[in-house]
Amino acid sequence: MRHEKTEEKPVISASASKGDTGVYRRLPMPARYAINAVVVLVLLVLGELMIDGGAINRYQSTVLEQVGIYIILAVSLNIATGYLGQLPLGHAGFMSMGAYGCSIFIIRTSEALGVGARDFVTGTPMTLLLVIGGLIVGGLCAAIAGIIIGIPALRLKGDYLAIITLAFAEIIRVVMLNIDDVVGFELTGGAAGLTGIPGFSSFLLVFGCVAVVCFLIHTMMKSRHGRAILAIRDNEIAAEATGVNTTYYKTLAFVVSAFFAGVAGGLYAGCVGVLQPAVFGFMKSIEILVMVVLGGMGSMLGSAISATVLTILPEALRAFSEYRMIAYAVVLIIVMIFRPQGLLGSYDFSLSRIIERVMNRDFPWRKREASPADEKSGEEVSVDAER
Amino acid sequence: MFITQVLNGLQLGSIYALVALGYTMVYGIILLLNFAHGDIIMVGAYVSWLVMAQLGLPPVLAIVLSVAACTLVGVLIDKVAYAPLRNAPRLSILITAIGVSYFLENGAQLVFGADAKVVPAYTDLTTVQVAGLSLSFPSVLTVLVTIAATVALTLVVQKTKLGKAMRAVSEDMGAARLMGINVNSTISFTFAVGSALAGIGAVLYAMAYTQANPTMGMMLGTKAFVAAVLGGIGSIPGAVVGGLLVGFAEVFVTALGLSVWKDAVVFLLLIIVLVVRPTGIFGRTMSEKV
Repeated sequence: MRHEKTEEKPVISASASKGDTGVYRRLPMPARYAINAVVVLVLLVLGELMIDGGAINRYQSTVLEQVGIYIILAVSLNIATGYLGQLPLGHAGFMSMGAYGCSIFIIRTSEALGVGARDFVTGTPMTLLLVIGGLIVGGLCAAIAGIIIGIPALRLKGDYLAIITLAFAEIIRVVMLNIDDVVGFELTGGAAGLTGIPGFSSFLLVFGCVAVVCFLIHTMMKSRHGRAILAIRDNEIAAEATGVNTTYYKTLAFVVSAFFAGVAGGLYAGCVGVLQPAVFGFMKSIEILVMVVLGGMGSMLGSAISATVLTILPEALRAFSEYRMIAYAVVLIIVMIFRPQGLLGSYDFSLSRIIERVMNRDFPWRKREASPADEKSGEEVSVDAER
Repeated sequence: MFITQVLNGLQLGSIYALVALGYTMVYGIILLLNFAHGDIIMVGAYVSWLVMAQLGLPPVLAIVLSVAACTLVGVLIDKVAYAPLRNAPRLSILITAIGVSYFLENGAQLVFGADAKVVPAYTDLTTVQVAGLSLSFPSVLTVLVTIAATVALTLVVQKTKLGKAMRAVSEDMGAARLMGINVNSTISFTFAVGSALAGIGAVLYAMAYTQANPTMGMMLGTKAFVAAVLGGIGSIPGAVVGGLLVGFAEVFVTALGLSVWKDAVVFLLLIIVLVVRPTGIFGRTMSEKV
């Protein structure tokens, strides 16, 4: 539904602004990509300069890394929740698969290759390769878990799917806790945790990953596969009747979602340095789900904003730590009562769209007879689609 | 030894069954996974502690007040948090339920502190003699109370006018409203009954484990929830059978010396049952409408 809206908008505006220019001028695709790439690069460099220059201290940059990790988690969960329309409650399970997969890979390979933990902080080409390899290994571990759970889970509908993913994530947690006794050597470190993970996460790495993940998800959702996934969300039976292979696309969305959660898990491991299975419990899954729902299902920007706010706010409110969780709960209830579709609904941000509007002098404060009705109907439809 | 384990399984299973009944009833009527249900048990356990340990009142009063407090909290949660969202997307109500659960847990932590409180024993009687066997009294009582509660609940749902209204609302809310059923008060009644059962569960839990802490509802709630789904959510016999299954599974895995794996076994059991029977053991198979 969201997709259709973004496609249609220029057409409607074109008829509205005919008086000014005649045709609605559009940006060519390569220019759109180039603009976005430049903006992302500028932001990354700016952030890095601020950290190097000391404008952002160590603590703040760690919080920023956490923000980036949660953004990846939220947008990846959004694939399964907002785009596919399912309700997985086990995202933390995929995250832990990725975190353990990535850390064990990096610890073992750096031992074998004789790379010291220090090198990861300073960064050499070798460590960069190891980190990227580790993140991919982490993502693949999570994706395999996604396939294992996805195939039985996707036979089920709605709440049953939610429960089976919850169950699977809990099983992963218990396995991580006790696997050492089964395999007979130290693999995950059990309840005491996996230590000795080099602190490889940095601002550049985390937000580089954020950019890549958002780009990949965006392009996937704009493609044929993305449209198939949206079609399943809107009406599964109709999608099947029009020839969409629903099982394939549901599993695909699920696995992609799991993969990126695994990447985020890897980054998390590199950020905190110690992994304990208890961290990846049910509450973590819920925390991520809350970010997605609060931001607006199916809105990447919404997920990113609420991930940012919900990560920074608890840090900022440390002085009131006794009350902050209660405040969090109350805010959650109030937002849901007064804005059930989430803060941004299904609106999504597009820089190119804004530039196009400026190019065509098509500003919201100008009179456009089609505009209010268009906005409204779009929102209503998206609310319907979620039910 | 074997008898003791069976009785332990029955006891734990009965508590799960009582809590699972609350989940099943609420789900059956408004299709909501009531995440706050487990935390209602926590409220009940704290009330028992307050009444007996702090105020020094007799256990009977503690039991009555615990059940009453749970009922009140359950209805209040429905009125404040869920009622405004009757027509909202289901996910929003789910998130609200999670919010309520957070609120109760952290509220309890703020008021009572994070450490566990010891709930005094409700009765001095520890063992009973049945057919030459000496059995733990709390276990026997738990099983008997659960049987009584289940029978009573079945009678209420099947034989009374309110029960009929509940069944009608769960079948088709719109049609029930057209038939002159007050849907809102029926839903409130459902929450009241479900929460009262949770209150009984809270007393029985406190009797068995003699403690109350802010997060006790979470794991208990999750397990009971698994039990409800295992049996077929929306079905009363299903909740009882599911509860007993989960209880027995846990006790026997523990008896085998594998207690660290018991959570995994319970969840694995759930996955296996759902894969074989996608709507649970007693669940109705729903046909898809085009």
